[in-house]
Amino acid sequence: MIFSKLQKKTILLGTLALTMIGCATPKNYEKFRAANPRSILVLPPKNQSTDIRGTYSFLSTVTMPIAEKGFYVFPVAIVDQMMKDNGLPSANEMHEISLKKIKEILNPDAVLYINLKEYGSKFVIIESQTTVVATGTLVATNSGEVLWEGTVRQVVSSSSNNSGGLAGMLVNAVVSQAINSTVDHAHNVSMTASQELFMTDGQGLLNGPYKPTEKK
Amino acid sequence: MILNSLKVLFLIALSIIFSSCVSSTKYYWGEYENLIYTQYKEPEKAIPEIQIQKLQADIQKAASKDQPLPPGFYAHLGYQYLQVGKAGEARQYFNAEKKAFPESAALMDRFLKKIK
Repeated sequence: MIFSKLQKKTILLGTLALTMIGCATPKNYEKFRAANPRSILVLPPKNQSTDIRGTYSFLSTVTMPIAEKGFYVFPVAIVDQMMKDNGLPSANEMHEISLKKIKEILNPDAVLYINLKEYGSKFVIIESQTTVVATGTLVATNSGEVLWEGTVRQVVSSSSNNSGGLAGMLVNAVVSQAINSTVDHAHNVSMTASQELFMTDGQGLLNGPYKPTEKK
Repeated sequence: MILNSLKVLFLIALSIIFSSCVSSTKYYWGEYENLIYTQYKEPEKAIPEIQIQKLQADIQKAASKDQPLPPGFYAHLGYQYLQVGKAGEARQYFNAEKKAFPESAALMDRFLKKIK
């Protein structure tokens, strides 16, 4: 009993440590630094997962980390609505707009394209596992140059009370899945994923003009 | 038992991660991002009237904490007023966004031009 508890604890802490460290290859920030963008337009993320809620779950978590890094972030819901009003019903179409057109209408210094590769919960025997995997590409509006690219992978396991043997476990797994879909576990994972993607030192965005301290 | 303690441990770890990010924010975030999420997920719970009420409450709270409101906040509020036909308030908050963040000028001018 004790051992399995310890083992689980170790695995859990290991997972946490991994998600916090992220991938360790140092990034090249040369172009980012040279372009020195002030304002970032975040388009609604493309969604490759099967959960249609992914796009707007993730979109509603990006403003905080990017603004706290010191950038002006265009109001994401207004931008989304404007594009829909102009005949672009989904993120896929919005990602196709030319930079020239974007500059003309909104005039951001850079555009952030997010691709949601995985989003959602599934359950594995007695635990449910929620995964959010996303990539971000920041492109300079004037030159079309890629200023930054990043990837985040967050996997969070949540377990239910273990009582009543195998039958109890299965019931719990089903219940836990139901709870997960109502409390929107995946959205909470989106929040941590988004913060990690943009704010991790040495991997995320550089600091922008509204965060002038410790600018590298 | 074991799973319960694991859950607790995990929540503690999560809250540490969260608090380390949230405690020192430059901006007062309040309901802004929650409302955006809700307006897509359960639009009936984030109709413009509700959003206006919550965002106005955030303005008070931000002032009491002496923190600025984040990029997009005033624009989003102005947009809610526009939805319910209150042009005066809409104009006021589009201008507030422009004043706080000149980067928003192209977008805000677009709306301001529409209103007049």
